[in-house]
Amino acid sequence: MPSNPSIAANTRPWRDPSAKPFISIRHITKRFGDFTAVNDVSLDIYRGELFCLLGGSGCGKSTLLRMLAGFETPTQGQILIDGQDMAGVPADKRPTNMMFQSYALFPHMSVEKNVAYGLLREGKSKAEAYARVAEMLALVKLEKYAKRKPHQLSGGQRQRVALARSLIKQPKLLLLDEPLGALDKKLREETQFELINIQETLGVTFIVVTHDQDEAMTLATRIGVMTEGVIAQIGEPREIYETPQSRFVADFIGSVNLFEGQVGPAAPDFMRVDTADLGPVAVPPRPGLTQGQTVWLAMRPERVWLTREKPAEAINSVRGEVRDMGYVGHMSSYVVRLDNGRLVRVTQANEGRRDNPITWDEQVSVSFEPADFRVLTE
Amino acid sequence: MSAPDAFTPPVASAWPLVRRVALALFAGFWAVYALALMPVPGIEAIRGNLIALTVVLGGFLVADEVTEDLSLPRRWLVIAVPLVWFLLFFLIPFVVLGRISLSETVIARPPYTPLWERGPDGSLDILAGFQNYSWILGDALYRNAYLSSIKIAAISTLLALLVGYPIAYYIARSPEPRRSVLLLLVILPFWTSFLLRVYAWIGFLRGNGVINNVLLSLGIIEEPLVMMQTDFAVYLGIVYAYLPFMILPLYATLVKLDDALIEAASDLGASPAVTFVTVTLPLSMPGIIAGSMLVFIPAIGEYVIPALLGGPDTLMIGRVMWDEFFSSRDWPVASAVAIVMLILVVVPIMWLQSVQNRQEEQG
Repeated sequence: MPSNPSIAANTRPWRDPSAKPFISIRHITKRFGDFTAVNDVSLDIYRGELFCLLGGSGCGKSTLLRMLAGFETPTQGQILIDGQDMAGVPADKRPTNMMFQSYALFPHMSVEKNVAYGLLREGKSKAEAYARVAEMLALVKLEKYAKRKPHQLSGGQRQRVALARSLIKQPKLLLLDEPLGALDKKLREETQFELINIQETLGVTFIVVTHDQDEAMTLATRIGVMTEGVIAQIGEPREIYETPQSRFVADFIGSVNLFEGQVGPAAPDFMRVDTADLGPVAVPPRPGLTQGQTVWLAMRPERVWLTREKPAEAINSVRGEVRDMGYVGHMSSYVVRLDNGRLVRVTQANEGRRDNPITWDEQVSVSFEPADFRVLTE
Repeated sequence: MSAPDAFTPPVASAWPLVRRVALALFAGFWAVYALALMPVPGIEAIRGNLIALTVVLGGFLVADEVTEDLSLPRRWLVIAVPLVWFLLFFLIPFVVLGRISLSETVIARPPYTPLWERGPDGSLDILAGFQNYSWILGDALYRNAYLSSIKIAAISTLLALLVGYPIAYYIARSPEPRRSVLLLLVILPFWTSFLLRVYAWIGFLRGNGVINNVLLSLGIIEEPLVMMQTDFAVYLGIVYAYLPFMILPLYATLVKLDDALIEAASDLGASPAVTFVTVTLPLSMPGIIAGSMLVFIPAIGEYVIPALLGGPDTLMIGRVMWDEFFSSRDWPVASAVAIVMLILVVVPIMWLQSVQNRQEEQG
């Protein structure tokens, strides 16, 4: 966004080895009985970041968030917020606030009382508290609803009340548990950008837990992909998408075609991988691989080149038949069955009104640019 | 009617019904009273039928209100049994009681005067009247008995709330297998006769009872404590006997309380005590009201506990009523005492009902 430079996106403190992290999670483990919800997770988060913890249900992301809030005690490990060890600090004494997935608005209090709750607990005078509440309600555009009870609000309005209530104490760190999960798709997209704007306006560090990869990609300065209690990969959205480090991450973020193969002899400009599905494939060389080692080639559907005839310049190309096609408007997605029976997912942007788009049962050429393959070892 | 609220315990939803039944009962009572007074020749012959008709009509009135609430005619089947029960064992006795309360006591069988008489010249002589009501409302003994009943019931309710709330809270917060066991333990005393359980307290409380013997043998006291036949014993008995009625509705509200609300309060800087006062307590109000009603109402008319555990100074209206019926054999006065007591009970229910409705409307 060059026209609207955002603080976090331009500074990128995580790229600076000397930068001091604002939140340090060090070797945190949480066990519930025999079940290990979070397994030796270490993570540094910097001031002003909007960090997303992304993962499926039961991956430990919510447990990690709850340990930051003080609702769960880590079995092992240490959490530092702004240099202060959080061990033994109860939830009501932490410099964090949380926005709950269910919003957890107090049903017996009006909107303004809900928002004022945190300030009144700090011992602020009523006049001062309600003046701040009015400002905060203006920020989330809910001035007119101050006297309403939560059940008289729509889902989107409740979400904003919950956000206002969690921001009113100006926490150092705001924890958001599936903040947009209960909203419908359209509202969710609008709210995403609103959330980013508020975050940048207030400069509060956000940690967002979500299972929705689109949400994470849109919101986050960095994403931590979690699975089975561990962090599979940490990185900026583009890194996570373009250079996944494992089949899990490649498959979890977006859609991917994975081809298993063995590393063949190296050539100066490229490396050969012998796959069962595509035959020998040329990929960019990657150091640290030995000949004969099993690797996986990850290929995003939108990078696959789909043509009726084999393009002259294509290096990796196989023939197949279109088995399925879906028209989504801005793009079309195809399922192509290769001659050996393997299905390959392909998406193509619909630029302009093509007269003769590829359709069902056509014989096609499926080509792959070597540089678009991502070679994965795990 | 307001829509069912997520924070209303199942018990509380019965109150509108109770109120309507009570209103229908009053209407039915006055209808019978009017019918019985009608100076139509030959009415005596069909008076029984008329009363039966009124009772049936009253029943329909109640049923109509009930079905309006439930909206589905099919639910008639569900309510038919309790409805018949209500008619047979509540409405009809109530009407009979109302009729007796308007007459005078006589040494005869039955021991009360008819509502009217035909003079030798065929003129109609109405004997019914409200003299019993003006008598009991004017007499200090009855007034004190009512006031003392309300006081004992109110204090017992408060004590039951103070004891029951932590128990209900603990059960509601317990993990599932333990929660069921604890609930079972709360209900367990019902498997033994109420009377028997009250008698059992005598064994504990009397001069050479269990408590005194233990305290004496431990050397904590020199002389046995006088516990039997005191107000203390009455409070103890009532709180003990009615505690489950307090715990169950409280549990029903507290178990529905979202943990996230407690966490949200603590996240916003509220200490556990502040969280309790500002979040848990207000949200458990429906349970507090329902539980208090379930203890307060039977406690007002309680007879067995003050009779067995209380002393001669423990003045409760249930005992006064018993004395009027069985010692003085003054059925009309006793009936009037009973009717006044019912009004005493119905009025606070209706008031609390309206408070609760208002709360629900406000959400």
